[in-house]
Amino acid sequence: MSAVVESRASKRAKSVALWIATFALMLVMCLPGLWVMLSGFRPNREILAKPPVWLPEALTLDNFGKIFGWGAEQIAIPVPAYFTNSLIIALTSTLIALAIGMAGGYAFARFRFRFKGGLFLGLMLFRAVPGVALSLPVFMLWSKLGLIDTKAGLIIVYVSLNVPFTIWLIDGFFRQIPLSLSEAAQVDGCTRWQAFWKIEFPLARSGIASAGVFAFLTSWNEFALASQLTRSTDSKTLPVGLLDFTAQFTIDWAGMCAMAVIIIVPALILTFVVQKHLIAGLTFGGVKG
Amino acid sequence: MAAITLEKVVKKYGALGVVHGIDLTIAHEEFVVLVGPSGCGKSTTLRMIAGLEDITGGLVKIGGQVVNDLPPRKRNISMVFQNYALYPHMNVRDNLGFGLKIAGQSPAEISKRVGEAAEILGLTPLLDRTPAELSGGQRQRVAMGRAIVRNPDAFLFDEPLSNLDAKLRGQMRAEIKKLHQKVRTTVVYVTHDQVEAMTLADRIVVMKDGHIEQVGTPMQVFNHPATTFVATFIGSPPMNLLPATISGGAVRLADGTAVPVPDRLTGHVRDGMAVLLGIRPDDISPVGHGLSQDGPGAEVALTVDLAEPLGMESLIYTRLAGQEVQAKLYGPRIVAPGEVLTFRLALDRAHLFDAATGKTVRAL
Ligand SMILES: Nc1ncnc2c1ncn2[C@@H]1O[C@H](COP(=O)(O)OP(=O)(O)OP(=O)(O)O)[C@@H](O)[C@H]1O
Ligand SMILES: [Mg+2]
Repeated sequence: MSAVVESRASKRAKSVALWIATFALMLVMCLPGLWVMLSGFRPNREILAKPPVWLPEALTLDNFGKIFGWGAEQIAIPVPAYFTNSLIIALTSTLIALAIGMAGGYAFARFRFRFKGGLFLGLMLFRAVPGVALSLPVFMLWSKLGLIDTKAGLIIVYVSLNVPFTIWLIDGFFRQIPLSLSEAAQVDGCTRWQAFWKIEFPLARSGIASAGVFAFLTSWNEFALASQLTRSTDSKTLPVGLLDFTAQFTIDWAGMCAMAVIIIVPALILTFVVQKHLIAGLTFGGVKG
Repeated sequence: MAAITLEKVVKKYGALGVVHGIDLTIAHEEFVVLVGPSGCGKSTTLRMIAGLEDITGGLVKIGGQVVNDLPPRKRNISMVFQNYALYPHMNVRDNLGFGLKIAGQSPAEISKRVGEAAEILGLTPLLDRTPAELSGGQRQRVAMGRAIVRNPDAFLFDEPLSNLDAKLRGQMRAEIKKLHQKVRTTVVYVTHDQVEAMTLADRIVVMKDGHIEQVGTPMQVFNHPATTFVATFIGSPPMNLLPATISGGAVRLADGTAVPVPDRLTGHVRDGMAVLLGIRPDDISPVGHGLSQDGPGAEVALTVDLAEPLGMESLIYTRLAGQEVQAKLYGPRIVAPGEVLTFRLALDRAHLFDAATGKTVRAL
């Protein structure tokens, strides 16, 4: 009896300790982000105040007003254009990377073909190369091809950056789905194509969604290559646009933080929307083993 | 209508031959069991019939039509997989109706036929559950329901019971048998369990290393094994095989013990021939404790090495001609190791195999 009570107590202590540890870790990870978010809603003078003002006295939307041109004060940074560019570039490159990732991942998971191992290793090695290292060659190539400062130019770069990862992730998810499910569907009257869309795709959906989120976030947040390959409102993305806030002698921290909020929020919303898929992971109750 | 014929069917993976030219005819509505040790090519053969595996050589016909190049969906067969392969994201109702839906049946027709199949298999209360919410036996039944609902020309089963525990396996075995009696359809059933093979089959096909060793009814295969492989594979405990030579009309064992050549085989042996004397444990019993007491026999005194009492019978390990032999004692008698008993060999039920080829000396 007492042993039971004791073990219950120690279990409780353990879970409390776990909570505290998790909280501390989350704090370290989230605090800078929170600080940036908070600063987006504070006037510049409060941000720069010394000693720092920890808890803001009043929150304001003025910074956003400046950016979007509502208020009396305006800044000459075309944020809406950057936002549109970012959205178009990130969405398009994600969709293409997913399409290629699904085709490639399925092929690696299901088919036997020549040079399969080498090809897969090659894709992984490609991922090991940091994107910036490629910026100079890409810049030279793109200027020859006239792709500098175009959305298409960035989309191509982001697709190739993301494809190895989407293939790798989606391959893993298809591998988890027993081959016999597709075979059962084919015996049940499906073509291989139908079996894919009706059985294998729904089961791999959570994996495909995760791959999509990762690809989107990579493209949405990428700075190094975008800063080399874009010039104007034709193609500049939000992260690159952040630099517009640094003038020669001053930095508009408040405006910059407000823009950071504009970058962070869509990413957060997206992650929330698909998180159900990210953690769901279908139970394979249909097959034993 | 839906007989299945295999003609010289060959399967190779690259240079590796797995099935070496199989000939087999399965009659309409017949229940045929492919049995054999692991890796002998049973699943491969079944999957070639299903269209899930390319056929390297030979012909597969279903209902008289060559199906070599038809995809699975055009063969009008259904298959029950070893892991059941139920669709995890659909409930039982949709699992059962999936094939009908793909075939473009009307919702009313689908619901009617799913209802019938569920009724036959006792699945009606489970229709709204997902596979994850079912027990092993229930999943097994759903897999069978999915097979019967489409009214196929043939059912293919690949070790459907091997994931169940022993008791459930016995129950489902009986259910499969009943199901076949209800929905008479050609069945090809793969197992490596000889009890399943014996109890379910109209005809058994014993396979080994990609060859067919013997085809016959369970009784033919049990009573007249064509080879030593079949003799030891079918029947448990396995048949005893004792090296011997024919001399002077008798079978002379390694230690000189001589027993008469069984009557029905006398015309088929010649002096000096090296043979294996095959005799099942059931046919070596202490005098007075055997199955058949009349008919020709030979009596030998043997020492009991070990006895395993099984209730109404005991399995006895002893030695005959320097080789371990298993024998059966019928009756609730306790035997102690070291005891010397007179055993009777029921020679009318003994077999002789050519030692060189392993084939029975008497053609069936
Ligand atoms: N894709 C493959 N590539 C190469 N060899 C294979 C392949 N599939 C099966 N084999 C080989 O073919 C042989 C027969 O396999 P099969 O699955 O038909 O055996 P089985 O009789 O069903 O055995 P089990 O009782 O273990 O299921 C085995 O030796 C196996 O290793
Ligand atoms: Mg098998």
